[in-house]
Amino acid sequence: MVDASDAAFIALTVVSLGGAIMALEAKEIIYGAVGLAGSFFGVASLFFLLDSPFVAVFQITVYVGAVAVLVLFTVMLVREGRWFRDSMGPAARMAAVVTVAALVVSLVSSFIAAGLSTTGEQATAPNFVDIGQLLTGQYAPVLEILALVLAASVLGALTLAKVDPTGEGAAGPKTQATDGGERS
Amino acid sequence: MTIALSDYLTVSALLFGIGVYGLLTKRNAMRLVFAVEILVNAANINFIAFNRFLWPAAIGQTAVLFAIALAAAEAAVILAIVVVAYRIHDDVDVAELKNLRG
Repeated sequence: MVDASDAAFIALTVVSLGGAIMALEAKEIIYGAVGLAGSFFGVASLFFLLDSPFVAVFQITVYVGAVAVLVLFTVMLVREGRWFRDSMGPAARMAAVVTVAALVVSLVSSFIAAGLSTTGEQATAPNFVDIGQLLTGQYAPVLEILALVLAASVLGALTLAKVDPTGEGAAGPKTQATDGGERS
Repeated sequence: MTIALSDYLTVSALLFGIGVYGLLTKRNAMRLVFAVEILVNAANINFIAFNRFLWPAAIGQTAVLFAIALAAAEAAVILAIVVVAYRIHDDVDVAELKNLRG
C-alpha cells in the first residue's frame, strides 16, 4: 500500500536525483544550474518529511536562495562557448559509471545488512528549541568560529574579485593577445 | 509500508554516487562545483535521517546547519575563483588551468 507520505517520499526522491542528474548532464550549463536548484529544493523537502522544518527552511534560504542564484550569475558572467567538451571520453565515462555503481551497491547492501531497513522513527522529533539550545550552549564556540570562517571567505572572494588580469604579472602575454584579438 | 531509515540512506547513497560520477568525469569547473554541492547535500540527508531515526537530541540538525553555512562559504570562494580564472584564461576547463601550478 502506498499512502501519502510514501508517495511524497518517492516524488521527492525523483526530484532530488533527477535534478542532480540534470545538473551534471544538461547540454546547456544554465539548465544544469536550474536542475541543481531543483535538486536542492527536493532535498529540503526531504528534510520536511524527516520532521526537521528548521533545517529545511535554512536549506531553502541558503541553497535555493543564495547559492543557486550565485551559480546562475556566475554562469551568465562566464561567457558560453566551450561548454560542450566538458566531459571525459566514453571509456572514462563507462569506468566512472561502473565504479559508482559498485560504490552505491556496496553502500546499500551494507545498510540492509546492518538491519537499518527495519529501524523505525523516534517517537518525538527534536524541534528548533533543541537546536537553539545546542547552538548557544554546547556548540557556541563552533558558531563563533563559523562566523569567522564566513567573514574570511567573503573577504577572500572580494580580494579575488579585485584581481586585475590586465595588470602586471598576473596574466602574462596570453591576456594581452586576447585583448588584441578583440580590438582588431 | 512505512519509510525506513535505509530508504533515506539509499537516496543519500544515490545522490552521493551521482556526485562522485560528476567529479570523476567532468572537467568544467562549474560542473565540478555542482558535483561538490550534490555531495554535501547527500551527506546532509544522512545527518538528518540518522538524527530523526536514532537519536532524540538535535545534534544532527545542528551539524547540518554548520555544514550548510560552510558549503555556502565554499561556493562563494570557488565561484570567485572560477570568474577570475575565466577572466585570466578565457576558459574554465580545469585541465587547462596551468597558472595555478605551484
